[in-house]
Amino acid sequence: MRQLTYAEAIREAIRNEMRRDPRVFILGEDVGKFGGCFGVTQGLIDEFGEELVRDTPISEEAIAGVAVGAAATGMRPIAEIMFMDFVTVAMDQLVNQAAKMRYMFGGKISLPMVIRLPEGGGLQAAAQHSQCLEAWLTHVPGIKVVYPSTPKDALGLLISSIRDDNPVAFIEHKLLYNLKGEVPDENEPIPLGVADVKRPGKDVTIVATGLMVHKALNAAKELEKEGIEAEIVDPRTLFPLDKETIFNSVKKTHKVVIVTEEVKRGGWGGELAALIAEEIFDYLDAQIVRIGSLNVPIPFTTVLENYVIPNEIDIINGVKSIL
Amino acid sequence: MELTKELLLNMYTKMNKIRKFEERVAELFAQGKILGFVHLYIGEEATAVGICENLTDKDYITSTHRGHGHLIAKGGDLKFMMAELYGKATGYCKGKGGSMHIADVQKGILGANGIVGGGLPIACGAGLSAKLRRTDQVTVCFFGDGASNQGTFHEALNIASIWKLPVVFVCENNLYGISMRQDRHQAIADIADRAMAYGFPGVTVDGNDVLAVYEAAREAVKRAREGAGPTLIECKTYRWRGHFEGDPTVYRPKEEVEEWMARDPIPRLARYILDNNIATEEELKEIENNIIRELEEAVRFAEESPYPEETSAVEDVYTDLVEEGRVR
Repeated sequence: MRQLTYAEAIREAIRNEMRRDPRVFILGEDVGKFGGCFGVTQGLIDEFGEELVRDTPISEEAIAGVAVGAAATGMRPIAEIMFMDFVTVAMDQLVNQAAKMRYMFGGKISLPMVIRLPEGGGLQAAAQHSQCLEAWLTHVPGIKVVYPSTPKDALGLLISSIRDDNPVAFIEHKLLYNLKGEVPDENEPIPLGVADVKRPGKDVTIVATGLMVHKALNAAKELEKEGIEAEIVDPRTLFPLDKETIFNSVKKTHKVVIVTEEVKRGGWGGELAALIAEEIFDYLDAQIVRIGSLNVPIPFTTVLENYVIPNEIDIINGVKSIL
Repeated sequence: MELTKELLLNMYTKMNKIRKFEERVAELFAQGKILGFVHLYIGEEATAVGICENLTDKDYITSTHRGHGHLIAKGGDLKFMMAELYGKATGYCKGKGGSMHIADVQKGILGANGIVGGGLPIACGAGLSAKLRRTDQVTVCFFGDGASNQGTFHEALNIASIWKLPVVFVCENNLYGISMRQDRHQAIADIADRAMAYGFPGVTVDGNDVLAVYEAAREAVKRAREGAGPTLIECKTYRWRGHFEGDPTVYRPKEEVEEWMARDPIPRLARYILDNNIATEEELKEIENNIIRELEEAVRFAEESPYPEETSAVEDVYTDLVEEGRVR
């Protein structure tokens, strides 16, 4: 086992795939010598050169569109959008082009592209640099949406994402980049659509994504002191979704709390709640609880940002509300 | 062109105010008193000031992530700016916006902007609005060389040209879009050349020469006010600091930075003022001392102001207060 940070694990996955497949290349704003805004692509330009580690102008629509065109014609691009908030500028290319092209063309094309999207608050970066917009993407048929919470998952899931023949939105949480964790010595893919139980428990299921997995783990430690055993399930990919693992946990605990950092209204968490209600309603002993950011833009100053984004207390309160 | 003493000393004051404010912000950021992302305007003062000296409080500007200079040049209050950077309730945006979103609508400042190129179409909207309301208000749209590669640049300049909008597009070409030198992010040397493609004038000026910027803007603002349509002014300048505070700036040579620092716009204006006997060194020193006092007052105001109540997070946007309450 190696110890890597989340950022290093992402870089390792990119390096691994670029070494084994000459069709893989990366593009984005300041990904070259600068190493990316969060340092994720640091050093890759030294090994692979400017041709395959391409700095782009500040042109998100073109970044996404170039990835579409390159993927449609035999390359396997990894595009970086500096902050997930800027994906809004690139949405036509992702939603109307990337997501639909294979389908519209009757399956005669594949689009093996990854778009990397750092999301999340906690940096006092305010309303245009802190959003969690995964629901914008999971809503669109034709895009896979991946969201690792640990270095190990980041490594394995990114390898699978790069090898996938569909457009994959790969979400990263900015506050996780420095998180260190154990990673297998071999660079093995982790299949998309397989959830991971991050903590076993019998009393309540907490489904959490990204940074919220860690907040849920902290909350579970507190709950344990009161004799409450929470099981934490990390779906790891939002679509395709491993319903089986999540449902099995809920069938066991009969209670579920869904914790995501995204604004609660219209979020991915609501989709999961609906699936649980539709498919395994009879197993529930209590209402489904969703915990997310308040339905407001992310504010700048720390006291407001902390109020808007869910924390351990909110998770504990959410759990206790149905026990 | 008549350059009155009042005008020249106003420009000298504003440029110094920007410089000293930004230097103080750099210190306070390093001390951890200012959070978030901060992009400083040091080195580019002549551009904001030379442009905004042609505007009134009724005119509009749209700004960028590097917005402090525009705000001060357009008459922003240092106290409320500093309080916002501190994240205090008394700041321009009550602590909700921070450096990248400071706005003062009373002064026609339609906000700094965290999205590169985001202000370009908004400026067109403000220009259209002035036209529809039959006012003679002008909108100045500040953006950088990096933003000139966004799709919004093309869309905004085109729509401004067909509708003859009273908009002055001011491209602050500081040579870098974050780490990308201009010659790597576009194949032209002068961004003003692009105006030709939209059928309106484009001029390139030395953005470190406040008098040259002032003169170019005077023409453009007059044109806009008279209903003759937009102008693109490219100001060649340079940011002395990194893209953001904390940027190691590995992407540009030290010699280049030094070369541009030698073209400091502030001593350049001081020299003009002194050589032409417009004011004495003592008068200039007095101006600087007044700014230092005003700045320290602003820092004190920010320090002493309270943080906002956490529940104010759900105000100023349409939302359901019953649903949004947090109980902790």
